[in-house]
Amino acid sequence: MKPQPKTLTFLTVLSVTLFIGALAMVFLYAPLEAVMNYVQKIFYFHIANAWVGMLGFIVAATAGVVYLVKKDLKWDIVEMAAVEISLVFFLIAIITGSIWAKPSWGTFWTWDARLTTAAILEMIYLAYLLLRKGIEDPERRARFSAVYTLIGAISVPVSFLSIRIWQTIHPAVIGSGNSSAQGSFGMTAPMLMTMFFCLATFSVIFVTLLWYRVRLGRLAEQVDQLKYQFMQ
Amino acid sequence: MIKVHRLVKRFGAKTVLRGLDFEVKQGEFVALLGPNGAGKTTFLRILASLSRPTLGEVHVSGYALPSQAAAVRARLGVVTHQPLLYGDLTAEENLRFYGRMYGIPEINQKINEVIEILGLTLRRADLVRTFSRGMQQRLAIGRAILHDPEVMLFDEPHTGLDQDACDMLDRLLRDVAGRGRTVVMTSHDLARVENLATRFDVLARGVIAASTARVNLGKYNLLDFYRQSMAGIPGKNVNQQTPVI
Amino acid sequence: MSTSKRPLFDYLKAIGAIVWKDLAAEIRSRELLSAMLVFALLVILIFNFAIELQPALRTTITPGVLWVTFAFAGTLGLNRSMAIEKDRGCLDGLLLAPVDRSAIYFGKAFSNLAFMLIVALIVLPIYSLLYNINIIIPGLLLVVLLGSIGYVAVGTLLSSMAVQTRTRDVLLPVLLFPVIVPVLLAAVKASSGFLQNLPMNEIWPWLNILIAYDVIFIAVAFIVFDYVIEE
Repeated sequence: MKPQPKTLTFLTVLSVTLFIGALAMVFLYAPLEAVMNYVQKIFYFHIANAWVGMLGFIVAATAGVVYLVKKDLKWDIVEMAAVEISLVFFLIAIITGSIWAKPSWGTFWTWDARLTTAAILEMIYLAYLLLRKGIEDPERRARFSAVYTLIGAISVPVSFLSIRIWQTIHPAVIGSGNSSAQGSFGMTAPMLMTMFFCLATFSVIFVTLLWYRVRLGRLAEQVDQLKYQFMQ
Repeated sequence: MIKVHRLVKRFGAKTVLRGLDFEVKQGEFVALLGPNGAGKTTFLRILASLSRPTLGEVHVSGYALPSQAAAVRARLGVVTHQPLLYGDLTAEENLRFYGRMYGIPEINQKINEVIEILGLTLRRADLVRTFSRGMQQRLAIGRAILHDPEVMLFDEPHTGLDQDACDMLDRLLRDVAGRGRTVVMTSHDLARVENLATRFDVLARGVIAASTARVNLGKYNLLDFYRQSMAGIPGKNVNQQTPVI
Repeated sequence: MSTSKRPLFDYLKAIGAIVWKDLAAEIRSRELLSAMLVFALLVILIFNFAIELQPALRTTITPGVLWVTFAFAGTLGLNRSMAIEKDRGCLDGLLLAPVDRSAIYFGKAFSNLAFMLIVALIVLPIYSLLYNINIIIPGLLLVVLLGSIGYVAVGTLLSSMAVQTRTRDVLLPVLLFPVIVPVLLAAVKASSGFLQNLPMNEIWPWLNILIAYDVIFIAVAFIVFDYVIEE
């Protein structure tokens, strides 16, 4: 196992620093929103996590396709790591979203297009992990996972569009506010800057965590090989 | 007919075949021997185009695997220890199905011929799930010869058969092989195989550990040859390989 | 020996052979259809207790009930259909044929579609009788066809994967349902539209989604099936 590359150490330090910076920006720099006060601040983290969750899915789907073409198992590890991490980030996004939703819409959940698609995406992540658990052979596991991420990646936008069409014909009936007007409080320049800063921070955190997870995956693979050689 | 060069097969961390070389000329009947887990089935599956090599070159009937797999399959007949038959169809319907899958012209005539060879004329309209294991194996061979393959692969076809069924199977095997076909058969039953094959190869340690033609067996008997190959003892008139990886 | 002079003909013949084989075997054993039918009827029965199917609500609730029923009964059929091949090793028999792998996909998909449609054709009249509502209208039948095609297109692919895992029966619904949301959504809306006699321009978007989904996923499955079926 190669020792931790310098870039990774640098990234780790950067992640921590940026995160502290983000906290500072959110709580000290960004102005208090008129209506929602402190509750609105969760929005920055919500958006950042959601963004990373979706980014992760794109990374996973791409890694899957690359694996199918190149047959190099390291892409399988990248794909799995991306899904695992996105699962968590997206879950945080959904939870923070709910926390923000209750005061602003009067309900924790609504079945609008974005939220429903988010739920579907989480289910696809979980199904993916269950699929991997059921297969022993690493090569077959990699192939099937890649195919499933591809199918998932194509169906999610189609689901989103379908629900969107459904929603315009049947507007969301629950929730006091207009639920499709997410984040429709006017964003001033400092708020925008904070939001982008958070996006950048979480992107860096994502890459760092992904790298760690891929290294962990490689290590696990090496352990398997050693175990097998030892047993021979 | 079959040329294998430096074949390597890995399953994840496990390397099963380690640079195996193997060559079979037309008309030869090769018995592939070896202990359980040596990789005989894996090797046969690769030859049957059901599995892909990790490294190395495989040519069957002049076509390369896996790139020209379809051409190979048209010339290959495979019998495994599972009969690959549909229990809810009759013997005739099973043959008809496979006939269509292989695109055989004049199916009815072919089916009649094959049923005749198999000696299953009386039971052709019976559901396969009512067949004994021995009969299912015979029908499986019928399925495999329907398209007149040049090469036949058998993976322990005697498994689970009683003496009579085995004898019938052997008669059928001799008949089938005797038409100029090239045959590779894996087996644990040294006694049976001794009378069927023209050549004996032992797969051990991921390669063909030893190979000898029937004519050279002469003073040994097959069991001694086998034991010695497993122990890595060199013998006379015997070709041997060592693992490449 | 098969000639490759007419590859398209051989390809179609292989697909036909698989469909014929599945239907012939099913006529003899009837195990797949009976399981699907009994299950579907039970689900409809349970819905009677779970949701108060008052006459006034029936036109709105019926599409949902029907499609949930089809979705669940469908997984039984998909699982069984692939399990038959895998368990007796017959999948190898199919793989040994000198024909493109996608023929196996289309063959199994057509059989699965046939089974789903047969179940639908029996369930629909029974539902009509039990709940005193006529649902045998051409529009609805069209939706059942389009929806089943989408369901089976993805379902056949995913069941080929699921059948090769340890957790096969449980895994298929888990893999399948998140991915066929558009089909269920559009099918329910379109069915509802036809039942309520809505004007066609309101129903078209849903039919379009169904058709688009069908086309996209048949294409994707066709391309990707090789990776799933070979070792």
